[in-house]
Amino acid sequence: MVRALLLAMALTAGAAQAAGPAGDVAADTVLEARVQQLAAELRCLVCQNQSLADSHADLAVQLKGQVREQLRAGRSEQQVIDYMTQRYGDFVLYRPPLKARTVLLWGGPALLLLLGAGSLAWGLRARPRAADLTDAESSRAAALLEP
Amino acid sequence: MKKRLFLPLAFFVVLAAVLGVGLSLNPREVSSPFIGRPAPAFSLPQLQDPALRLGAGELKGQVWMLNVWASWCAPCREEHPLLVSLAREQAVPIIGLNYKDDPRNAQEWLLRLGDPYKVCVIDRDGRAGIDYGVYGVPETFVIDRAGIVRFKHVGPLTQEVWTREVQPLLQQLRG
Repeated sequence: MVRALLLAMALTAGAAQAAGPAGDVAADTVLEARVQQLAAELRCLVCQNQSLADSHADLAVQLKGQVREQLRAGRSEQQVIDYMTQRYGDFVLYRPPLKARTVLLWGGPALLLLLGAGSLAWGLRARPRAADLTDAESSRAAALLEP
Repeated sequence: MKKRLFLPLAFFVVLAAVLGVGLSLNPREVSSPFIGRPAPAFSLPQLQDPALRLGAGELKGQVWMLNVWASWCAPCREEHPLLVSLAREQAVPIIGLNYKDDPRNAQEWLLRLGDPYKVCVIDRDGRAGIDYGVYGVPETFVIDRAGIVRFKHVGPLTQEVWTREVQPLLQQLRG
């Protein structure tokens, strides 16, 4: 019995050591989820079309470590994002902030939609209607449509 | 009516021009947020004598160049001869930042290929590299007398970049 207990203690010791005092395991999974969520928002600078979460590049792994370390130290998501943009610029963000430089990026789709809707309305108005047929034309059309 | 026929052509020309400009941009050239900002501080052991340290603050008062390199980095070998010749001409004091490298390999590399660095510091875990926003070695920074970063180049420094961009900048900063 004592042996089994010792064995169980030995087995759990490793996990407990990694997570600090027992009971922190849940906190750790919460932290890990936050790390993953934040890392998915950040771009890997080495393989630029992957996020930090997806990338296994050396630098990405190290930066992910930084994210974890800083979140664990009690820093907020925004503070970690600031840390990253201070070093790598807005390029590191998958969601670029709304700035004077990025107005066209954010407003572009709405602008295109307006342009498209405008040109469609204009085109429809310019199109001649069926009611614009002369009497002779309508009787000819009626004759053609007759079975 | 005739004018409308040319609308698709005009649209195509504009689109081709926009996409053409887009294609000619280099996505690897990430504009550095450091330009115009103080160079991040570091205090790191020197490669030639790890008992000695060098801090970025000690370099204030002179225009200097920071070159991030590693012995495992192939493009670094490409730019190395240029750095060596710049050092020989005493064009600008070059400080090396040996990035995530084995110091023994680094020392051997400098012995074999020449040492262009006034001082080279060891950034074993790459922390200083992260502080400088390094994401692809080699990277080169020009820092002015007040310790402000004025220029950054990612990838091997070439003779062309040197004469076209760095040299005029150095002249201006010293002028």
